[in-house]
Amino acid sequence: MRTYLRPALAVLLLALVVWPERFSWLFAPFAPQGGPVIYSRTSLLSLSLNHLALVLIATLAATLVAVGMAILVTRPFGAAFRPLSRTVTNIGQTFPPVAVLALAVPALGFGEGPTLVALFLYGLLPIFENAIAGLSTVSPTVLDAARGIGLTRLQRLIRIELPLALPVILNGIRLSAIIALGTATIGSTVAAKTLGEVIIAGLLTNNTAFVLQGGLIVGLFAVLLYDLMVQLEQRISARLGL
Amino acid sequence: MIEIDGLSKFYDNKAAVDAVSMTVETGTITVIVGTSGSGKTTLLRMINRLETADAGEVRIHGEATDSLAPHLLRRRIGYAIQGHGLFPHYTIARNIGAVPALLGWPEDQIRARVDELLSLFSMEPAQFRDRYPAELSGGQQQRVGVARALASRPDLLLMDEPFGALDPIIRARAQDDLRRIQRALGSTILLVTHDMEEAIRLGDRIAVMDGGRLVQHGSPTGIIRNPATGFVAEMVGGVERPLRLLSLLPVADIVEPGTAPGEAIAPTTNLRDALALCLWSGRDALPVQTDDGRAARVTLKAIRAQAQGPG
Ligand SMILES: Nc1ncnc2c1ncn2[C@@H]1O[C@H](COP(=O)(O)OP(=O)(O)O)[C@@H](O)[C@H]1O
Ligand SMILES: [Mg+2]
Repeated sequence: MRTYLRPALAVLLLALVVWPERFSWLFAPFAPQGGPVIYSRTSLLSLSLNHLALVLIATLAATLVAVGMAILVTRPFGAAFRPLSRTVTNIGQTFPPVAVLALAVPALGFGEGPTLVALFLYGLLPIFENAIAGLSTVSPTVLDAARGIGLTRLQRLIRIELPLALPVILNGIRLSAIIALGTATIGSTVAAKTLGEVIIAGLLTNNTAFVLQGGLIVGLFAVLLYDLMVQLEQRISARLGL
Repeated sequence: MIEIDGLSKFYDNKAAVDAVSMTVETGTITVIVGTSGSGKTTLLRMINRLETADAGEVRIHGEATDSLAPHLLRRRIGYAIQGHGLFPHYTIARNIGAVPALLGWPEDQIRARVDELLSLFSMEPAQFRDRYPAELSGGQQQRVGVARALASRPDLLLMDEPFGALDPIIRARAQDDLRRIQRALGSTILLVTHDMEEAIRLGDRIAVMDGGRLVQHGSPTGIIRNPATGFVAEMVGGVERPLRLLSLLPVADIVEPGTAPGEAIAPTTNLRDALALCLWSGRDALPVQTDDGRAARVTLKAIRAQAQGPG
């Protein structure tokens, strides 16, 4: 992203979240006659923070589980579980998020719980697939040399395989995080405090200003998060000499 | 001294390595040579237990290799392979220092050893220490691979076609380097190749493998003069045999008193090069340098006598 574009978007996002009233002029044309222009039932800042926290927790959990499973099924003793684990993560992906939410509500009640479950299940597949790809494309010559100079199994995993697979794994984490950021908006249908609340309020009251406001903020978060993670990946790859 | 005692390995009830026994003297290079599929790699990998032997054992200085955990054994045995296998995310210094670090050497000692090895391989330490493998040429990567294998002063260095991926000129230089460094460090090396030329160039001893079996083990001249089987004779090359033999003998062996025209050659020159000089300049004899200034020479006739086979 261009040098100026990034800070400009970040400032715009910050302003939208912290001083939403300042943008009344922008959204006013889309609000219904005499209706509210700026969403004010909950502060946009707290919604944003809660939204991001959900994404962060779900993505971290998905990363731990998916990378753990990928490590397992790329070991000689775990190879047998590879098809099964693929099926499981694929099912996580084929279920529509709304269905996951609906099914999780009876078990976990309304609120953050079902949303976290849905985001977590959705996040597994991209990370799992990428981790498997990353771990199984480490050069056999390098692995042979690692064994030949006397690294133990665990040392090979931690010092050689994971660092070399890291860029590809990060790629999967980025995909997951972006999907989670979008999916989290649906969480408000089961009363999770996310930015989806603004959009849904807009849809229920025919207030396009709210819909735009929520959509714009989520969109900016996605763009900036994506960019941030690309940068992180590049920095790590450079540090690894790749 | 490394003793290989009745080592065998079976794949699908077929012997890939069939009861191979041999002894490698400390401070020498033994080259295992054979066609592709003759079991060289399998034999080598049983020595550091990358493959488990189905029968037989290996002893290093009298100690059986299976008395140690495999990863601890491997830290005592250097291992260099075709395509080097350097860790792409480690700097050159960290690659070379990998085994010393595993063995718990102090930092400054590792750094000193890395610099010593880089210098030994004619690579300026300050220039190469902090680079990554991808930033080096193929020849340089290969040298770093060998340096890594030598770093902890291992009892034994195993090399599997280490120069296989290099072009001929770089390869010849790498072979000369290895020979020089092995002499300087007194390392014990077991090297695998399918190239008899390389075996003759590098080996103090040559072990010829055919179909998993060791068919001949001896000095290069012994193997060229008296190949034990038709296969060995084929390996040492019908028409090139006399020239290969000459390449192993120094002029000093057949120098005689007398004069000859032209510039004097060193007594360490091999007879193949001396022969080439005679033919190229149309001379029947070449003067040889001596310490005491007396006239000495080597004659074409004497060179021919050395090249003659039995019968
Ligand atoms: N993992 C393996 N499984 C089955 N057969 C093998 C395996 N490794 C080697 N072989 C067989 O053992 C024989 C010797 O192989 P190798 O030691 O690699 O020979 P070389 O290094 O001399 O080319 C070959 O016939 C090869 O096909
Ligand atoms: Mg081989």
